[in-house]
Amino acid sequence: MSAVEEVSAELDARRGRQGRRAARGERWRVLRRSPTFLVGAVIVGFWIVCAAFGGLIETHSPFAVDVLHRFARPSSSHWLGTDELGRDVFSRVIEGARGILVVAPLATAIGTVAGTVIGLVTGYYRGAVDDVLMRVVDAFLAVPAVVLGLLALVAIGPSNITVVVVIGIVFTPIIARTVRAAVLAERELEYVQAARLRNERSPYVMFVEILPNVTAPILVEFTVRLGYAIFTLATLSFLGLGIQPPAPDWGVTIFNNYIYLTGGVWWPTLFPAIAIASLVVVVNLVSDAVTQVFER
Amino acid sequence: MGRFVLRRLGLAVLTLWLLATIVFVGAHVLPGDVGRRILGPFAAPEAVATLNHQLGADRPLAAQYWDWLSGAVRGDLGESLSYRVPVSSLLGSAVLNSLKLALVAFVLVVPLGILGGIAAGLFRGRAVDRIVTVGGLSATVVPEFVSGIVLILVFAVQLRWLPVTAQAPAGSGLGTQLRYLILPAIPLVFVLFGYIARITRAGMVEALEADYTRTAVLKGISQRTVIARHVLRNALLPTIAVVATQTGYLIGGLVVIEFIFNYQGLGQLTFQAAQKLDFPLLQGTVMVMGIVFLLTTLVADIGYSLLNPRIRYGRTE
Repeated sequence: MSAVEEVSAELDARRGRQGRRAARGERWRVLRRSPTFLVGAVIVGFWIVCAAFGGLIETHSPFAVDVLHRFARPSSSHWLGTDELGRDVFSRVIEGARGILVVAPLATAIGTVAGTVIGLVTGYYRGAVDDVLMRVVDAFLAVPAVVLGLLALVAIGPSNITVVVVIGIVFTPIIARTVRAAVLAERELEYVQAARLRNERSPYVMFVEILPNVTAPILVEFTVRLGYAIFTLATLSFLGLGIQPPAPDWGVTIFNNYIYLTGGVWWPTLFPAIAIASLVVVVNLVSDAVTQVFER
Repeated sequence: MGRFVLRRLGLAVLTLWLLATIVFVGAHVLPGDVGRRILGPFAAPEAVATLNHQLGADRPLAAQYWDWLSGAVRGDLGESLSYRVPVSSLLGSAVLNSLKLALVAFVLVVPLGILGGIAAGLFRGRAVDRIVTVGGLSATVVPEFVSGIVLILVFAVQLRWLPVTAQAPAGSGLGTQLRYLILPAIPLVFVLFGYIARITRAGMVEALEADYTRTAVLKGISQRTVIARHVLRNALLPTIAVVATQTGYLIGGLVVIEFIFNYQGLGQLTFQAAQKLDFPLLQGTVMVMGIVFLLTTLVADIGYSLLNPRIRYGRTE
């Protein structure tokens, strides 16, 4: 490489980096002006604070059993009432944020990393491997994620760790398909051909050249899948296959208390239900705003 | 056209085989020791060995796989461990019940979703649009058991307008059955509404901006005619495809909905099988869910191609 080429290559690289940074700043400005994003981010932040510092907000121990005061109505001593064992519903709702906010992002991260690797490899090499994997993805998508997760968790046995892995694996094919589509468009571009002509090794082309250019769709996919992960996890927990007691998970709490609805005891069920609904709605509002900003 | 249908059928069969393999891995390979998983960690090793022998789980995996595949092709899905009857005999009435519930949900949601999408598309950027898109997204993402339980609380327990259960008394007429199915159908309507409205809206926006619409407007045709004759026809095409792919979400929702409304359908059967570790029944119900999904997408794909000549030709994948 001559000195002139070296300088121009360096300039190109710097311009690319600056362009990327400018685009990032622009996206961030648009996001900050979106009311749905702001409202969503504030409420997500509230639940993250509950998950991290729940102990400081809780008025009672979320595990303290007080059978004499079971099913107490919401009052000044128990803001949201007590459940079937006399435990404080308010403290349990606050404490319940932790499990779901640890498990769902972890599972989504596993699915995103595995899906990205599979999507890069299949999209880059194409051919027989690609054909076979895409058919497997189709087969996976024929069964809803909740049911696929249910089958796997029944087979392995439910625990907080298996549910992370199972949701991650169930989401992998979906993410792989998105990444593959993005890689298919990138691999035809000149910079990839240039890298190939320089005789770069395939892993280098995939992970150093292509990957930085498909981060936007991967980020969008991550936020969208995070919403689905919370949905799937809450449902599996309600069915007894997700987060395991004694953690005061919202789905588990609803399962334990909804039979008392017909007896007029609505507070141990309604408040965790509102918590799930609020979290899942705002996560999706945020991911929707992010998607729109990246796809405009 | 014939080649497209044939190709599509071939792909469906291939996907079905892969699905059967995934289900086999779930029910036979993942548990490791099936007998131990069913009887628990404290059962005597002899009992575990006996159960494994009864289930055929002590044989090589390849033999089990062949039995499962060849049985499934003949419609023989093995015997349920908890009911002691062939799995296929349990599936018939369960699928029928689930279909009734799904039908009620679809009849409610398809017109609602399409109308919402059309309104949002016509008044893009206005209040109607924001309500439909943000409200639709919010309704779509709330898990069915959450909305189902809130609905039970409000309409069955507090207001007493509708029954708590979905199971109408035996021998009741169509009207009564329908009354029992309305409340459980609403969470499914919520989950599907957002998607259908969104796709319809996107189709509307695209059709409204298309050249043929501008030409029609410039020709001096009234707005009403332009929308009815040019915009709607083109906008509704993608909606058909989406309605079919949403059956997957619908089936997933059935598991919790049928459980909380105590309705004897495919979803309830799946959950019972999961609770009782009835692996033959579980693999049967999951398989049927996959088959229903593949069938509806197949029919939708072929129907879509009949309506849209662009798909018939020049489709490579």
